[in-house]
Amino acid sequence: MVGIITYGVYIPRYRIKVEEIAKVWGANASDISGGLGVFEKSVPDLDEDAATIAVEAARNALLRRTIDPKDIGAVYVGSESHPYAVKPTACTVGEAIGATPNMTAADYEFACKAGTAAIQTCMGLVKSEMITYGLAIGSDVSQGAPSDPLEYTAAAGGAAFVIGRDDPIATIHHTCSFTTDTPDFWRREGQDYPRHGGRFTGDPGYFRHVEGASRLLFEQTGKTPKDFTYGVFHQPNAKFPQKVAKTLGFAPEQIKPGLVVPTLGNTYSGASPIGLAATLDIAQPGDTIFVCSFGSGAGGDAFDIEVTDAILSDKFRRDAAPGVLQLLKDPIYLDYARYAVHKGKIVMQL
Amino acid sequence: MRDVAVIGVGCTTFGEKWSSGFRELFVEAGALALEDAQLSGEKIDAMYIGNMSAGRFIEQEHIGALIADYAGLATRHIPSTRVEAACASGGLAFRQAVIAVASGMEDIVVAAGVEKMTDVEPGASTDTLTGAADREWEGFVGATFPGLYAMIATDYMHRYPLTREQLAQVAVKNHYNGARNPIAQYQQEITIDTVMNSTMVAEPLRLFDCSPITDGAAAVIVAPLSRAREFTDTPIRVLASAQASDTITLHDRRDISTLDATVAAGQRAFRMAKLAHKDIDMVEVHDCFSIAEICAVEDLGFCRKGEAGKFTADGETALGGKIPVNTSGGLKACGHPVGATGIKQVYEITQQLRNEAGKRQIDGAEIGMTHNVGGTGATAVVHILRRC
Repeated sequence: MVGIITYGVYIPRYRIKVEEIAKVWGANASDISGGLGVFEKSVPDLDEDAATIAVEAARNALLRRTIDPKDIGAVYVGSESHPYAVKPTACTVGEAIGATPNMTAADYEFACKAGTAAIQTCMGLVKSEMITYGLAIGSDVSQGAPSDPLEYTAAAGGAAFVIGRDDPIATIHHTCSFTTDTPDFWRREGQDYPRHGGRFTGDPGYFRHVEGASRLLFEQTGKTPKDFTYGVFHQPNAKFPQKVAKTLGFAPEQIKPGLVVPTLGNTYSGASPIGLAATLDIAQPGDTIFVCSFGSGAGGDAFDIEVTDAILSDKFRRDAAPGVLQLLKDPIYLDYARYAVHKGKIVMQL
Repeated sequence: MRDVAVIGVGCTTFGEKWSSGFRELFVEAGALALEDAQLSGEKIDAMYIGNMSAGRFIEQEHIGALIADYAGLATRHIPSTRVEAACASGGLAFRQAVIAVASGMEDIVVAAGVEKMTDVEPGASTDTLTGAADREWEGFVGATFPGLYAMIATDYMHRYPLTREQLAQVAVKNHYNGARNPIAQYQQEITIDTVMNSTMVAEPLRLFDCSPITDGAAAVIVAPLSRAREFTDTPIRVLASAQASDTITLHDRRDISTLDATVAAGQRAFRMAKLAHKDIDMVEVHDCFSIAEICAVEDLGFCRKGEAGKFTADGETALGGKIPVNTSGGLKACGHPVGATGIKQVYEITQQLRNEAGKRQIDGAEIGMTHNVGGTGATAVVHILRRC
């Protein structure tokens, strides 16, 4: 059975609070935090980007389980902020962890769900026995234009999952997707910041596709929200996942472990993968996890996952790498000026 | 001139209608109006379509022909004309239809209005709407409609005893009415605090002082009063149709807190209908901003200049008040698809006069008025309608 062999997360240590951003734009911070349910967000260090975050997450995954990197036959990195338009992040990651050269690799982009699309691809390659292990990563240094509502949430972070057959810590019983051509959020080649359709990103975007993929999975598996210990949803803010969870019939306590957006922000391609990782951090054998990502443009990937005994076995060392809550601890807060420097928003004279 | 009557009305729901395009909107409204008049399309002699800016909102011009085509009337070659007077486009389209029938040129005429505004981002729609002001003297130097109406509000509040709370009451009252109107964009009631705590848009106007960006369409069918009962048992007679213009810029006005075009159109309408203010049972006014309703109530003569704030706070413009204003929810709560608004006003008054307005029905309504404004008052269109 295909499943998760190991996983790892990386979140930069820097944070900026919503009120610090609001102060710059003359906005009401409590209105924004109240509306979004987000209070601070992670910020990359000066030398961090989607590639370094992907490498850190992959290395943390490999700290938790001893596998030969040469057995990783595929590396896929999903991101909206690949450092290069042409030159794959996935090759950098493969090289950094020693998986090259006998591997296939590619960068993925599907707004915020490229990471889960990478998981699905790896599942297919493993199932078809083309590879032993596949490495799927969602990683972003998310972009949000100054003063755009996105600026209050666009964060940095990523999660990596090694997908394989032998003795997984969590079995992926099923996955399915719901995809349409819906222009709710986009960034054209050469543009620095994404644009979006405001409220159009809600009902016709997020909710239609997350509900669509979720209900499709329930229909195909015969399961209901009550059959799952936990639920994880894409979390561009705290309100959307809470609302869709309620609509689908999940209780607040089911989604609590995977809802990390209030103090992390929206890590775009990293968002639902980090939510899943945070849930795996506390999961016990036999726990079942429902996951549904969302990517603008638009689509949702739903997963039916069951945690196995292997998560507590000697083969897997959960504590060998930092958990999500640990990565969220002890942040260094930046003011807007330093944040602007970290995000490269200040254009230097050449 | 022949007497004219409204024989059928139809309106889409108003809102952010992401699954409906421009064509679907007007086809839906037109079909509802034809069904209401129990009329088949081939009886239509002409159409007038109110639309402010399809060219910029959806990059489509030649709206008259487009609508005739999608109404299935292209092969009958009926005259179909787009009418544009910014936010007063709908009211003016209705007036053109009334004139066409009154003159004897046409018998069965559709007056419709449609606007699809949510296909562009908010900044683009704000800029498009700025085209209703003077682009060279106002738009190019940064004025937007919230900004221009904020200047009116600032001047008004400096000269007259209007409190911020009284201004907020306009929105509170219109949301109350909108909550009782199934086509309204906003169907929730709000409080004074909702308005007072909402985001500042242009001092002193806050978010809840402003009408929204809306998709929607409305259509009404007019015919000679002498033929009206062929189509309906409840024809609504058009007693007056008046239109007036004024300087397009705000700064050229005699008095920026008085919309002289509204005053002129209102006086002409009352003269034409041979009626007094006490005869009007309710009025749909152009409340693109809360201050606009305050000015309209006074400029139409329903209370003295400077007193509309207290008049509103005292409940005189609410359902059951002396002169209920904007029973539909107005532009604020019902929504403001600019080209459709003037037609929706006629739709609302027709529903009231037919006793079909449900929870917002004015008991014994006999005579109603509509008031549609373009820009900051460079065009005003007023109609008076009566139950037959």
